[in-house]
Amino acid sequence: MIQISNLYKRFGKFVALNEISLSIDRGKVMGIIGPNGSGKSTLIKSILGLVRPTSGSISIDGYEINGEADYRRRIGYMPQLARFPQDLKGSEILGMIKKLRGANPNMEKVLIDLFELQPELYKRIRALSGGNKQKLSIVISSMFDPDTYIFDEPTAGLDPVSSTRLKDFIQSLKQKNKTVILASHILSDIEELADDITLLLDGNIRFTGGVRDLKLKTGQPLLERAIVEVLEEAAA
Amino acid sequence: MKQILQFGLFSLKDVSRNMWLLIYTAFFALVTIGLFQFQGHSGKVIVSITSICLVLIPLVSILFGTMHFYNQREFTELMLTQPVKRRTVYTGIYLGLATALVIGFLAGVGFPYLIFGMGGEIEIVSLLVLIVVGTALTLIFLAVSFLIGAIFDDKGKGIAAAISFWLVTAILYDGFILYIATVLSDYPLEKPLLALSMANPIDLARVVLLVQSDIAALMGYTGAVFNRFFGTSLGIAIALLSLTVWIAAPLHWGLARFRKKDF
Repeated sequence: MIQISNLYKRFGKFVALNEISLSIDRGKVMGIIGPNGSGKSTLIKSILGLVRPTSGSISIDGYEINGEADYRRRIGYMPQLARFPQDLKGSEILGMIKKLRGANPNMEKVLIDLFELQPELYKRIRALSGGNKQKLSIVISSMFDPDTYIFDEPTAGLDPVSSTRLKDFIQSLKQKNKTVILASHILSDIEELADDITLLLDGNIRFTGGVRDLKLKTGQPLLERAIVEVLEEAAA
Repeated sequence: MKQILQFGLFSLKDVSRNMWLLIYTAFFALVTIGLFQFQGHSGKVIVSITSICLVLIPLVSILFGTMHFYNQREFTELMLTQPVKRRTVYTGIYLGLATALVIGFLAGVGFPYLIFGMGGEIEIVSLLVLIVVGTALTLIFLAVSFLIGAIFDDKGKGIAAAISFWLVTAILYDGFILYIATVLSDYPLEKPLLALSMANPIDLARVVLLVQSDIAALMGYTGAVFNRFFGTSLGIAIALLSLTVWIAAPLHWGLARFRKKDF
């Protein structure tokens, strides 16, 4: 479970997150939606410790993030754009991360098989397609079977088969009582996977709750329309 | 510590496959071999190699470091989402790159020197001093490049800062000192000039190389001043201490920035 309290982040004069409070439960997928510059990345990076909040607090499964690094063992992160050292092989990058964590990657083989990545692991990164780099990124994020997953635009660049497999994998995480954050512009993915959504705009939360609640609140049967209505309401 | 070494080895493996590093090594080797072939076994060769090292090592180290820092930014971010401290990532990558560049320099200059340059007037001491100074320059300019990477988010600004730093330390600074010396030639300037020389790592490196040879007159005004005053073990000790400070200070400052940085 992730508990965010009064999270405030300012870059110079620009307020990226304005006193955000949010609770993300275990066994659920929280979809984070918002236009570019709404604060999605800052929120995710704050949870990961890449951005230092100006004020406020974040705790993961009861452990407050305070600048230490070890809590990240609990998190698997898949970035929007997977970029690796061009001259290394996938297997070498996986080897490095395994050494670094010193933990058993009990999901490694399952994921490599699921995304048919085995033949690609021994090629240099510069020879891999964008989709295969994404798949490598999935393996890195999930091979240690962490309790919390953060996926940033995970299906972008994946072929339909891999995309479907990834979505099935994310669904399976709910049954394993994991906490999942899914940031995406692809609303069909959000609708398919998310139990709850948080709608960010200009660093503020405009809505947080169940997908069905949002539809009921706005009276719109389609998620896309419901979101647009909330955004227009906020702009008015 | 173990994680720092793991990172160091990983970065070393990565950059050792970099084409530019191979070109750097090959260029040094060609120049060194060429100089020995054309100029024979004379003191002039050392002067030529030294002059090239004093310009090229800082330039390549600072550019290589800056480019690497920006090109690997996303991967560094990914590494920082792992359970490792920022200090580990920063120090590990620095060590890996430093090792690669020093090996490149040693292989490019040291081996040809040993094979073609030994005997005659040239002694092993000259080679050892050159290696120490070349290594120090690599470490200094790499540390500065990491500091630049930690300060500027924008790659263009970072590269501009790197080139400017090199331009000032390698070329403009000596001209500036010469200008002061000329304009204020009626005053006793030795001590202020000594202090000014300490402020520039390339001048410092030049001094260390000069003091152990008799070629001070060929190497600019600051070199001559330093030679007269510090042609002693005390002088060498002070210069080496200053070089060490020049490695430690940007590294420390860069790490402090990196630890507070938002990615």
